[in-house]
Amino acid sequence: MEPFKTITALAAPLDRVNVDTDQIIPKQFLKRIERSGYGEFLFFDWRRIQEGPNAGSPDPSFVLNEPRYAGAKILIAGKNFGCGSSREHAAWALSDFGFRAVIAPTFADIFFSNAGKNGIVLIKLSEEDVALLLDRAAQTPNYELTVSLENQTVTDTQGFHATFEIDPFRKFCLTEGLDDIGLTLRHAAALDTFEKQHDQANWLKPKFSEASV
Amino acid sequence: MSNQPKTLFEKVWNQHVVVSPQGEPTLIYIDLQLLHEVTSPQAFEGLRLTGRTVRRPDRCIATIDHNVPTVLAERFNIVDQIAAKQIATLRANCKEFGIQLFDIGSREQGIVHVIGPEMGITKPGMTIVCGDSHTSTHGAFGALAFGIGTSEVEHVLATQTLPQSKPQTFRIAVEGELPKGVTAKDIVLAIIGKIGTDGATGCVIEFAGSAIRALSMEGRMTICNMSIEAGARAGMIAPDETTFAYLKGRRYSPQGAEWDAAVAAWSQLPSDPDAKFDRELVIDATTLVPYVSWGTSPGMVAPITASVPNPADTPNESDRRAFERALEYMDLKAGTPLDEIQIDRVFIGSCTNSRIEDLRAAAAIAKGHHVSTHVSAMVVPGSQAVKDQAEVEGLDLIFKAAGFDWREPGCSMCLGMNPDILTPGERCASTSNRNFEGRQGRGGRTHLVSPEMAAAAAITGHFTDVRNWAEISQTAEVN
Repeated sequence: MEPFKTITALAAPLDRVNVDTDQIIPKQFLKRIERSGYGEFLFFDWRRIQEGPNAGSPDPSFVLNEPRYAGAKILIAGKNFGCGSSREHAAWALSDFGFRAVIAPTFADIFFSNAGKNGIVLIKLSEEDVALLLDRAAQTPNYELTVSLENQTVTDTQGFHATFEIDPFRKFCLTEGLDDIGLTLRHAAALDTFEKQHDQANWLKPKFSEASV
Repeated sequence: MSNQPKTLFEKVWNQHVVVSPQGEPTLIYIDLQLLHEVTSPQAFEGLRLTGRTVRRPDRCIATIDHNVPTVLAERFNIVDQIAAKQIATLRANCKEFGIQLFDIGSREQGIVHVIGPEMGITKPGMTIVCGDSHTSTHGAFGALAFGIGTSEVEHVLATQTLPQSKPQTFRIAVEGELPKGVTAKDIVLAIIGKIGTDGATGCVIEFAGSAIRALSMEGRMTICNMSIEAGARAGMIAPDETTFAYLKGRRYSPQGAEWDAAVAAWSQLPSDPDAKFDRELVIDATTLVPYVSWGTSPGMVAPITASVPNPADTPNESDRRAFERALEYMDLKAGTPLDEIQIDRVFIGSCTNSRIEDLRAAAAIAKGHHVSTHVSAMVVPGSQAVKDQAEVEGLDLIFKAAGFDWREPGCSMCLGMNPDILTPGERCASTSNRNFEGRQGRGGRTHLVSPEMAAAAAITGHFTDVRNWAEISQTAEVN
């Protein structure tokens, strides 16, 4: 995974609350067995006109279809972003589309974990700060934000400055681009010891009758 | 410290701590990983690319549920080639890594969250994960069970562990006797309506109280299933005599002296009387009614006796806009009585409400009536075992006589990854768990209800207060 230190990039405003993972990547794209290539399906239904003679063609009113947001790497959204299904395809689609960071008041738990595993930095700011950034991204041409993971700050050139909290270990993994499994395997000896003991608990075995014979 | 009173969650958590390194998440041992075709292929591929293997195939089971067609003839000749390839990939992966697969056509196939409990694979005190957010279902047994992403699926396959930061605890006590016609589904819809879809973010909910104790295991599963819709990491219910009676004699339950030892261990799990929770909420069960969702988020619910609410009554601006957008998508007007909303489709199924008790309850409503002329209704049992049992009891005949489609098991129209989908604009009374835009098919409009409410709506053609069914079913309006 690509390490994240500091980026300055175009920010796109998605002024909606409770953006669920079904919207981020609809079900029909979950049948693929690949891990890449989901960017073109990001917000698939919202990006397309749903009814009428032009059904299926790009909806010019959807923010990510506006030419001025092409190349945005930072997404600003309302509270509870990423709620619903556990599909990691949502994180893959955002990442593949080019997003490196999402700013919102709150995020759903499973999505929070999935984003981190794909090098996407999720930044929680207050509702007021997010409202201000949504407004500036909508009003200001070529509105760029600087996200520094090292300093845990979000800034713009109009004087906006906010700090954000992040778990130190998560920060370490994101800045280094570390593989979780490799990190866990540092504890292989402890795991072996624990597992040997834990296997004695027959009442925690999934298939007791086969495990015991 | 070890003498401090503990919650059910803390007891299960503590028994699974492998190592808790300074400044890092705790490494938790996972007793069981459930796998299905949709969220696993990239995880197995990751193992191959890194030269890793599955550490404990005996602690994994797999089934095919999301993509599988529910029409018998289509199940063995899947037209959708991308879906067929995904299913073939799971078969190949299970074979390569030695994982037991309950395949299409086997007597055990079904929705992963239905078959785990019914075979006795799910047990109290276990840690259970699956690349599926509704893994919270298994918490009904006093297991710590939660949904994970595909990177985490790979992590568990490789190490049988997961790094986790410790969630907060949230006790929701539902006290008093549930009124007639009000179900477990209504309890959980009421809770989500009250606390919101982010009301329990970062928390493990323990559902407690006399109304929860009085529920069957299937009702408890319905409640824990939808914990995720309140944003919770997991939902749990303390194991008790109801739990033990359900598990005894199941295929993979302990037997003989081991059964007694297991019950003794499980009996230690309930929260200690003075255990402290980070948050607490009490719900009065006697005030609950049947609920219907009216919007595009599971928190947008109202009593069947109410009307579609008015966005103007919502103080927060971003919520108000979400509200207006939801009404536009759902094509509903504020002030419309919910029981006047006409429906086109009915879906009885999903990991929330597809078990035998759900089907019995729906059949009891449908018996002797017929689905409204403008409604198309389908029943999709949660598993092959549920389907077989329903057929032994003759429920299939009741449904068919009433004009319902009787299908083969799978996730079906809960998320429409298989051919079962709504067409744009269709309105559906659904026993599933999510009413997101397009969830059941692009442009489809989903209303979440209990199986009884879904069956009643199928008969009358509009939402109907099932508490009055005895009188309503006498009237001429019902076929």
